[in-house]
Amino acid sequence: MPINITMPALSPTMEEGNLAKWLVKEGDSVSAGDVIAEIETDKATMEVEAVDEGKVGKIVVPAGTQGVKVNELIAVLLEDGEDASAIDTSAGAAAAPAGGDKVPAVPESAPAVEVGAKAATDPVPAPITADGGRIFASPLARRLAQLNGLDLTALSGSGPHGRIVKRDIEAALAAGTGKAAPAAAEAPKAVAAAAPTGPSADQVLKLFDEDSYELVPHDGMRKTIAKRLTESKQTIPHFYVSVDVELDALLALRAQLNGAAATDKDGKPAYKLSVNDMTIKALALALRDVPDANVSWTDDNMVMHKHADVGVAVAIPGGLITPIIRRAEEKPLSVVSNEMKDLGKRAKERKLKPEEYQGGTTAVSNMGMMGVKNFSAVVNPPHATILAVGAGEQRAVVKDGDLAVATVMTVTLSTDHRCVDGALGAELLAAFKGYIENPMSMLV
Amino acid sequence: MTIFAGEDTMADTNYDVIIIGSGPGGYVTAIRSAQLGFKTAIVEREHMGGICLNWGCIPTKALLRSAEIYHYMQHAKDYGLSAEKISFDPAAVVKRSRGVSGQLNGGIGFLMKKNKVDIIWGEGKVTKAGEVTVSKTAKKAMEPQHPVPKGTKGEGVYKAKHVIVATGARPRVIPGIEPDGKDIWTYFEAMVPPAMPKSLIVMGSGAIGIEFASFYKTMGADVTVIEMMPTIMPVEDPEISGLAKKQMEKQGIKFLLEAKVAHVKKGAGGVTATVETKDGKKQDLTAEKLISAVGVVGNIENLGLEELGVKTDRGCVVIDGYGRTNVPGIYAIGDVAGPPMLAHKAEHEGVICVEKIAGKDVHPMDKKMIPGCTYCHPQVASVGLTEPKAKEAGYDIKVGRFPFVGNGKAIALGEPDGMIKTIFDAKTGQLLGAHMVGAEVTELIQGYVVAMNLETTEEDLMHTVFPHPTLSEMMKESVLDAYGRVLNM
Repeated sequence: MPINITMPALSPTMEEGNLAKWLVKEGDSVSAGDVIAEIETDKATMEVEAVDEGKVGKIVVPAGTQGVKVNELIAVLLEDGEDASAIDTSAGAAAAPAGGDKVPAVPESAPAVEVGAKAATDPVPAPITADGGRIFASPLARRLAQLNGLDLTALSGSGPHGRIVKRDIEAALAAGTGKAAPAAAEAPKAVAAAAPTGPSADQVLKLFDEDSYELVPHDGMRKTIAKRLTESKQTIPHFYVSVDVELDALLALRAQLNGAAATDKDGKPAYKLSVNDMTIKALALALRDVPDANVSWTDDNMVMHKHADVGVAVAIPGGLITPIIRRAEEKPLSVVSNEMKDLGKRAKERKLKPEEYQGGTTAVSNMGMMGVKNFSAVVNPPHATILAVGAGEQRAVVKDGDLAVATVMTVTLSTDHRCVDGALGAELLAAFKGYIENPMSMLV
Repeated sequence: MTIFAGEDTMADTNYDVIIIGSGPGGYVTAIRSAQLGFKTAIVEREHMGGICLNWGCIPTKALLRSAEIYHYMQHAKDYGLSAEKISFDPAAVVKRSRGVSGQLNGGIGFLMKKNKVDIIWGEGKVTKAGEVTVSKTAKKAMEPQHPVPKGTKGEGVYKAKHVIVATGARPRVIPGIEPDGKDIWTYFEAMVPPAMPKSLIVMGSGAIGIEFASFYKTMGADVTVIEMMPTIMPVEDPEISGLAKKQMEKQGIKFLLEAKVAHVKKGAGGVTATVETKDGKKQDLTAEKLISAVGVVGNIENLGLEELGVKTDRGCVVIDGYGRTNVPGIYAIGDVAGPPMLAHKAEHEGVICVEKIAGKDVHPMDKKMIPGCTYCHPQVASVGLTEPKAKEAGYDIKVGRFPFVGNGKAIALGEPDGMIKTIFDAKTGQLLGAHMVGAEVTELIQGYVVAMNLETTEEDLMHTVFPHPTLSEMMKESVLDAYGRVLNM
């Protein structure tokens, strides 16, 4: 029997993707594990491997097709002795996940935003959060959210273990919160993205002459950034703490360490530490020393993390992504540095795997290389903190009553005040400052 | 740490929580309170377990079980069995009922000990906020009485930050028809009949009245039930209570609806009740005994509530969703805190009350989700809104019905009479109510109660696999019927 290859879900949140490229053509033989196609999602480009062996009988979705739904039939594989006539074209797009779909537990359709279009008896799929976690909501709450056009990800639950129940929906309706974006309601395929409230597209466009602009459709990354950051600013009470740190000792140590790096036979050094690498390490160690700040908020519990997984914001064309250095507090600087180089390179190529950018316990956003003096970053949940790093610059400082010159940078810690209070944030920054200004302590 | 021996005795009268009344509400509250780490005491004047397991829920279930088995023995032929010279010994039936009650009564004492809850024996009175004075029991005990548990504390003044009144309720008395314990009974006397009466008038067709009517009818009495409302079991869905009435009429129980007892005359042959119907007609009914089952009223007296300014309304203490009265530190739960006067409501109200005291994140009870069960033959069970109440509340509803006769297990049991009815909000698919009449429905209703609490919709119920062959399959069929998808009908 021909084997259907369907659009795989490369991450739990993936609903659709672009079929970027076929690496095989009809008639090619493939064996399990062969890379057959490249798929582009909101954040990454991923390779699709064949699960079974056979001959490519038919490519259903051509390369370059945008917005291919998860589980849609993309190709058919023929087993030994079968020819193309065996392909039952009626299998169509509705084909059940089979052969090529190696990712289990796939959400079947877009979140429930098709208001009114569906009869009340249609199944309401269990919603999922932007980072792939399941949202616990009672069936009745899901149905009510659907009927009233509410976005469950924007609500918090008061039921057991934070489950969203009927009274939470009623409260949201009474307060007028949690509305799904109107645009999303009209276009069921779109991921509910833009701000839950705010002017509609029509309202915005009305303000400009029709020929004075061009419309560029949002890609998946833009939608994700919009959704996540809106959610963050709306649900997380941000609190900011700034401190100046002197870099001279750190720069000296960096030069010394880089100078001592062993070289391979091509003369390439084993590592080349950047200020950013040392910042990551210092923040990880500070979180180790102040574990109360290494947390995530949930409605029922404080999630006390045992390791500092530091996300690093990497600007890439069309957006940004935050790959994570896991257990950064345990890793030597050289390892942090090399991992960062690899992650940064692959981030720019959009080749990160979901597990490389999802999760994390804190983040660093460094705009120093762009000459920014200081700024405040938006907490990226489930993180409770994010460190915004400004440029290191020579400044006049007063030392022992005398004016002196020192290389100083300003860092600003944004905290989720629900779990990291001001004083705790200050304590974390003090620990961070200690490592930066006494950088040898990072080596022991 | 105890340094001075005196400290212990001092501390002995100081508690975090004192509960007055050890009925199902009180004792469960005490256990939960102890689990939450509160030093807890419970005050009881008469019997551990309260009315529920001494003179209510539990001993009646024992009596009704005897009646049920007797009923089956009478119908042994229907099952291909033979039983001859079937008879019963009223004293033995009552003795079994008392034994069941006694076993559970002793169990409460054990549970208190296990949870380190002190029992204080006597009448409790809240003498001021944070202080309970316990004096010798003044109330004459109903006999036969179970023994007082060992190791209880006695009269004295006790302190507690939180005092929870859980004193329950007692039979309502209609002036002129005061129970005398001889000819005019309450549930107390009806529970321990010296002999089975030949004829009986039951005043009131609520759960208590109907259960005794059912019991005495099965045991051979001629039973007439008098009800003021137009349907029996007035809180139940009228379609369900109508079916129950039809079944009971088939057994020979007579009903006078929209009727009330104007007065009662006691004579040598028992009691003669003058019954006035809606149209003004009067008739005299004579029977050996009359059971007064016209509801219960809260035990709010002699507790010091009035002196402390605790608000009451129509014989019950006024509370908020967490059992708090208007006076800080004084709480009430269960029957004394208002309807529905059911043991399971009292238990849950008590748990919510102490959890709130402990600062837990609890929500007030949704009284629409409290099930009710009546153990007559056939049984009646329900939860949520009745059809008329759902319509009254403005819901656009879908109603599903499934008869016992369409269920394989019911036929095999020889119980083809009954129905399961479900009521859904047409707009949201919320299960608004479920109503059942027939064999074993009191054990079935919890399925719908769980479903309602988890806020399932018709969709989830339709996706749930019910085991075959069971009576519970009818629960799914009823849901399917509400959406025009019934299978076995």
